[in-house]
Amino acid sequence: MAEHVDLRPGGRTPPQVGSDRAGTPPRRKARRGWGKPGKLPVAGGESRHLGDEHGLAGDARKQWQIVLRRFVHQPRAMISLGVFALLGVGSVVAGALWKYSYTTLTDQIAAPGQGAPSWAHPFGVDPIGHDLFAQVMQGTKEDIQTALLVAVISTAIGTTIGALAGYFRGMVDPVLMRFTDLILSVPLLAILAVLGNIAAKQSGSWLWVAIIIGVLAWTYVARLVRADFLSLRERDFVEAARAIGASNRRIIVRHLLPNALGPIIVNATLTVANAILLESTLSYLGLGIQPPQVSLGTLVASGQGDATTFWWLFVFPAAFIVVMILCVNFIGDGLREAFDPRKTRVRA
Amino acid sequence: MLSYLLRRLAASVVILLLSSMMVFLMVAKSGDPLATLRLNPHIPKAVIAARSAQLHLNDPLPKRYWIWISNAIHGNFGLTIGNQPVAPQLWSHMVVTLEMVLIATAIAIVLAITIGVLSAIRQGRTFDTGAAFTNYLFISIPVFVLGLVLKEFVAIPINSAIGHTVLYTIGQQSPNLSGGFFSRFGNYAGHAVLPILTLILVVYPSWSIYQRSSMLEALDSDYVRLARAKGLRPSRVLIRHTLRNALIPVTTVIALDFAAILGGAILVEQVFSWQGMGTWFLGGITNLDVNTVQAYLLVTAFFIVLFNFIADILYGVLDPRIRYG
Repeated sequence: MAEHVDLRPGGRTPPQVGSDRAGTPPRRKARRGWGKPGKLPVAGGESRHLGDEHGLAGDARKQWQIVLRRFVHQPRAMISLGVFALLGVGSVVAGALWKYSYTTLTDQIAAPGQGAPSWAHPFGVDPIGHDLFAQVMQGTKEDIQTALLVAVISTAIGTTIGALAGYFRGMVDPVLMRFTDLILSVPLLAILAVLGNIAAKQSGSWLWVAIIIGVLAWTYVARLVRADFLSLRERDFVEAARAIGASNRRIIVRHLLPNALGPIIVNATLTVANAILLESTLSYLGLGIQPPQVSLGTLVASGQGDATTFWWLFVFPAAFIVVMILCVNFIGDGLREAFDPRKTRVRA
Repeated sequence: MLSYLLRRLAASVVILLLSSMMVFLMVAKSGDPLATLRLNPHIPKAVIAARSAQLHLNDPLPKRYWIWISNAIHGNFGLTIGNQPVAPQLWSHMVVTLEMVLIATAIAIVLAITIGVLSAIRQGRTFDTGAAFTNYLFISIPVFVLGLVLKEFVAIPINSAIGHTVLYTIGQQSPNLSGGFFSRFGNYAGHAVLPILTLILVVYPSWSIYQRSSMLEALDSDYVRLARAKGLRPSRVLIRHTLRNALIPVTTVIALDFAAILGGAILVEQVFSWQGMGTWFLGGITNLDVNTVQAYLLVTAFFIVLFNFIADILYGVLDPRIRYG
């Protein structure tokens, strides 16, 4: 620690400044920092090589461990992760093992006085005779796989666009940012409705729904990454890398991207929540996943008319949507806290 | 400042033009609006050809775009698939939606700021944690689920407890509405409560979270510490020094969220069967009514670009530290 303070420019000069700032270095480190090349040694000094691969990896691993430890110590986030994992794995396993498939017509139907949840049908049956437990499990599975794919697609597109705009600036930045503004100039749901209607006529599979949401939902990540890159590119370690002769590509991928990874991961998590919201909304409107496929949104849409008489048709799918989104939001919040404990909570 | 204003204005106009092209292209390519007519063997080919010419379907895309946009600027959005002019329908549906959206936004702003400020002042206490949980809950409930819950599990029990319908769940007003001003107003209000409440609960949480964090940041700042050190009354410090500055980022966030509010309005109208722009737009999509869909998208794009422009200007006006070169 003493060594650390010594190395800071002007760190020791007036004693009261030194004591005043005593808390600064570790705080700084926690807030920024993803194993930056050229950073001062953390402990023994073994990683003090500019751009050294081993030093970088060692440092990065420590950062990951710190983040992981902070995440694990948040009960709300851990419980949410557990519930979400249970829903994900459970919906696949239950869908395969449960005695009814989501397309099976059972011998029971929902009618006044019958079809309510029972031991044979834990979530009841619908007016045609489908077992609702099988349907809700199938819907959950479709929702989760759609949302994960959306998060992957939109994070990839958004990170690329934001990184290029932030790194190259010049002509690239305004063009890419005006393109982002263009996407944002119409309500997302409205564009999705138009495209969803086209996709629904081709095929109502979750894959199409995930692709159309994914190629439109990247705007926030792009702005986030661009802002991060604009400030990161001015830092000394980028200068150092450039002086060594690193290519633009290498600087972006090896030096800048790792530094921006925290916000990207947090945002990808929140994108999952947003994607579940968008997908179920589109499916509810009949413009997303199409019958005979089921999603929680289509189940709510078909159950809404009977919500007071056959409550289970509405309550179970709706509750699953809400619980899933809530869990993902809590996980995202926990990740943000873990990556960046000082920052106050700001939701996009 | 003036040159900045003009540059932003020019950029907004360009975005709007590009947006209109994007919208036009997307909708024009989305399908054949005369497909159902073509499938009908009783309709002579000449009629279809005439309709096709009327909708300019045979012209090249740039020409179609030009015809459409130059008419749209003059307030003529062409004909619907049912051969009615689009514009009158657009305006009447727009009034319904804008009324709902503006009232809901105004109430949501007050609610979000109040809750955000109180949470920041009572950081970590019961009110704060309670508000945080409520915020997360409402953020996680899709609009249609919230609307349906309010409709089926709140309004209907309340109505049956009171004995007659107070909270209407369908439409903007009862059919064959008559009577004096007050009974009519009561009827409108009874229809409007649930949709507006739904929209408020959907939009306020993110603003409230934002307000809380910007308030915390301001409370932690040097100028607030100075104001306190000068011995100003706590209420004055809170309102003049903290809240005034903490409102700046929130203002722009609210203005930028306008697109999301319009998206939410589509669903609220759908759930409560309001004849607003959203319902009209969804009807246009399912009927492949090209002109209706394009008119909706152009008008919403106009409002969104306008609000973004206002947000930019407000940011400069409210925050004297921002100087535009």
